[in-house]
Amino acid sequence: MSEARANILARLRAAPQVQPPERPYWQAPSFNDRLDRFRMMIEAVHGEVHVVTEQTWRPHLRKILAEKNVARVLAAPHLGIDWDDVVAYDAPVEDFKDQLVSGIDACVTTTRGAIAETGSLVVVPDVDEPRLASLLPPIHVALLKADDIADNLAQIIEAQGWAAAMPTNLLLISGPSKTADIEQTLAYGVHGPKELIVLVLQ
Amino acid sequence: MAADFSTRAHDALNNPQLRANFRRAMDGLMTKRAAQFEDKDNWTALRAKGAAIKARALAQLPDLLEEFEQKAIANGITVHWAETTADANRIVLEILTAHGAKKVIKGKSMVSEEMHLNAHLEAHGIKAVESDLGEYIIQLAGEAPSHIVMPCIHKNKGEIAQLFTDNIENQPYTEDVDALTAAARQVLRREFASADAGLSGANFLVAETGSLVLIENEGNGRLSTTLPPLHIAVAGIEKLVEKLDDVAPLLALLPRSATGQAITTYVNMITSPRKSGEQDGPRQVHLVLLDNGRSRVYADEQLRDTLRCIRCGACMNHCPVYSRVGGHTYGSVYPGPIGKILTPQLAGLDCAGDLPHASTLCNACVEVCPVQIPIADILVRLRTEAAEPSASPAVKGAGSGHSAVESAVWKGWQAMYANPAAYKVGTKALSVVGNLIPAAAPLLKQWTSVRTKPKFAAKTLHQLAREKGYDNE
Amino acid sequence: MPAHVTPPAEMPKDVYYFGTCLVDLFFPDAGLAGMELLKRQGIRVVFPQDQSCCGQPAFNSGHRSEAREVARAQLDAFPEDWPIVVPSGSCAGMMRVHYPDLFQGDRDEERAKAFAGRVYELSWFLVHVLGLDTKLVDKGEKVTVTWHGSCHSMREMGVVDEPKRLIRALSNVTLVENPREKECCGFGGTFAVRQPEVSAAMVADKIDAIGQTGAARVVSGDCGCLMNIGGALDKAGKPTRPQHLAEFLLERCHGR
Ligand code: SF4
Repeated sequence: MSEARANILARLRAAPQVQPPERPYWQAPSFNDRLDRFRMMIEAVHGEVHVVTEQTWRPHLRKILAEKNVARVLAAPHLGIDWDDVVAYDAPVEDFKDQLVSGIDACVTTTRGAIAETGSLVVVPDVDEPRLASLLPPIHVALLKADDIADNLAQIIEAQGWAAAMPTNLLLISGPSKTADIEQTLAYGVHGPKELIVLVLQ
Repeated sequence: MAADFSTRAHDALNNPQLRANFRRAMDGLMTKRAAQFEDKDNWTALRAKGAAIKARALAQLPDLLEEFEQKAIANGITVHWAETTADANRIVLEILTAHGAKKVIKGKSMVSEEMHLNAHLEAHGIKAVESDLGEYIIQLAGEAPSHIVMPCIHKNKGEIAQLFTDNIENQPYTEDVDALTAAARQVLRREFASADAGLSGANFLVAETGSLVLIENEGNGRLSTTLPPLHIAVAGIEKLVEKLDDVAPLLALLPRSATGQAITTYVNMITSPRKSGEQDGPRQVHLVLLDNGRSRVYADEQLRDTLRCIRCGACMNHCPVYSRVGGHTYGSVYPGPIGKILTPQLAGLDCAGDLPHASTLCNACVEVCPVQIPIADILVRLRTEAAEPSASPAVKGAGSGHSAVESAVWKGWQAMYANPAAYKVGTKALSVVGNLIPAAAPLLKQWTSVRTKPKFAAKTLHQLAREKGYDNE
Repeated sequence: MPAHVTPPAEMPKDVYYFGTCLVDLFFPDAGLAGMELLKRQGIRVVFPQDQSCCGQPAFNSGHRSEAREVARAQLDAFPEDWPIVVPSGSCAGMMRVHYPDLFQGDRDEERAKAFAGRVYELSWFLVHVLGLDTKLVDKGEKVTVTWHGSCHSMREMGVVDEPKRLIRALSNVTLVENPREKECCGFGGTFAVRQPEVSAAMVADKIDAIGQTGAARVVSGDCGCLMNIGGALDKAGKPTRPQHLAEFLLERCHGR
């Protein structure tokens, strides 16, 4: 291995050893009504929440897409979306880039759960729903099962056993893309979606 | 850039626009942070945990670095080690050259600023484009960041509108923030789509899983680390945490301390490059671990605490000096209180010896630091190392602030103040003739520029206590 | 982290008073007022004539050994196991928080630690040990004041509300809080002469904020801040007068 590596590690090992301190107690918050908290938090950062059911979400989605004048939607085929112009992200990004960057109005993705405390969606990209699906189109619609909302991050890391099997990419998404770099004034959609719509399936 | 802190401070203080920009921005940030931590007991417990997590990781740093490396390699990430910024620049350049890369799109990274990477790449014919809106703006202006979280906080709408009009084709002058943001989005989308590589920093490196954790609001970090075929991350060796669930309390501290947000829009955990069957993600991920003096600082138990920093910027947001003079006055990549302790340690007291003195030791930074870095104690320690060096190998440029005159003054002070008899004679004399010292005398001259001369009382408290019959035991 | 200060186990009969070097030369009346307040609560106040300075100026300038020798002279001057009351949060902070570190590995380490544990900021002592906030009887005219908390009293000694409790106990006094009360006034010891322009900008903002409260007086518990703020008010021709808390309380309750 490199000389730099050996030198750095040698210097660190030569330094005085101290006993690693224990982690003191701190309990992350929990909530009586997790959906309520999730909704409040994500709405506060410009996210939209619609509570739907397994039966109603497809027509509801259709209504939303129509209202927002969406033409082309990116979604995995297995979702069975009811829309005329649906494309699947089924080619390597190199071949799909142009379409992705400017040819799609909205995407629909699943989630692996959510965090009530901070109003965050847990999104794990995979073969059907690649990493950029939730990022490049101007509208991101996320499907979330109400039962999958955890109280806080620590809880969901533990409950879903993340540490044992980290996916290539795991994302927490809390609202649409935003910036406050110009005079602390909030502006949405600087690089990613301008709108984030969560369909909560109850 | 002017020679030292005082000269630059002079310029900044005489720029009313700049002062107003900073004052307004810092006031807003302090209010937002305070709203996040209204429950004092919870804040106290949470920051104790944050501090312990970082201290714990530092205590095991060499082991964790090795564990991380092993896991990251197993995940398909290539790990590089750099002792100096020159080494790191060389490594990044080599990777880019090997891929024939001509354009790099960058997510926000303070370590890349520490390396002055953009200049190095430009010199070798590679274009580096900043994609964080704030970084993009200052890149257009040809400036350095003035804040570690909000790099263009010193600029107002008008200045930014003008920059855009001057630099972006067909961009009409507008101060509308949404329109300015949309213009940047358009320009940068093209840059993303045509970049050969993406470069980012990392907020945490998780030893347990070999993951990189990056946080951001804009999505440019996700784009930089996902869209181009090659992703290079640069990070200081102090970014390690032991367990994945250590990230949770740190995430509960960092954005809330930084900008008063409950969480950033994106938390991006990267564990490996694109796997076969996946449609996107970089085909290669490289991580450059930068030392640049950190392992030297690590040799000292007190100074080591500096390495706990999670770069939230709260210390500068609350600093009464920073909010008056702005980030550029520090002449250092890291401004504000953290810059005052970090820069002289990384670069050496011989290079940045004025920074530890640019503080009133008011402790406002210490009060808000989410990982309890004893910034004021470290400032005093560095002043001491400059004037009266200990033998600590952790300090570069120790003794460089030594002045024979100053030492003689303090020796004289000691002779009077450590000797009760001399003290009584001296103070009595001062109460008789002290007021005759002219306002233009050295030291008093600076003092009286905006204040009247302090008046020596006719009798000292020692005299009054005796006269009033207070017991002397 | 501010020091964790707890009252002495028993109500003390005797206390030491550490006047501080700045008070000694420039604000002796404030120093004396603090002693009077303690005395009027039936406590014997001892003022060791061998005291001088806590050592902070040298300590903060990086001249540790000089600071230590001056500090040692204080260890010598305050030998009994009595509380040491200090009319300055900054000097109290130096002695309570930094002495143990300053004497680490020194022959006087134990003595310094014991000394540090006996140090109290005056207003804290008046409230938590003597309960003065429930005993004050205001005899003064109506007046409006504002409070300036010193950085070290708040952030090293944990003294935040105590002085305001005392002021609020005065029936004819209106306390108008300055929204920037907790911001440093820019004194910082040698900072004021090493970075005179930054210091000047800070104190200018401070007196503006004080002016906006409309208070006739700005009361503080630290003479460093008072010297800085008062000097700036004076130079700018502002009507607000600076006063040390001890002097203010004594004047209100017992006359001059
Ligand atoms: S020193 Fe503390 S407050 Fe300052 S940036 Fe680092 S973590 Fe944040």
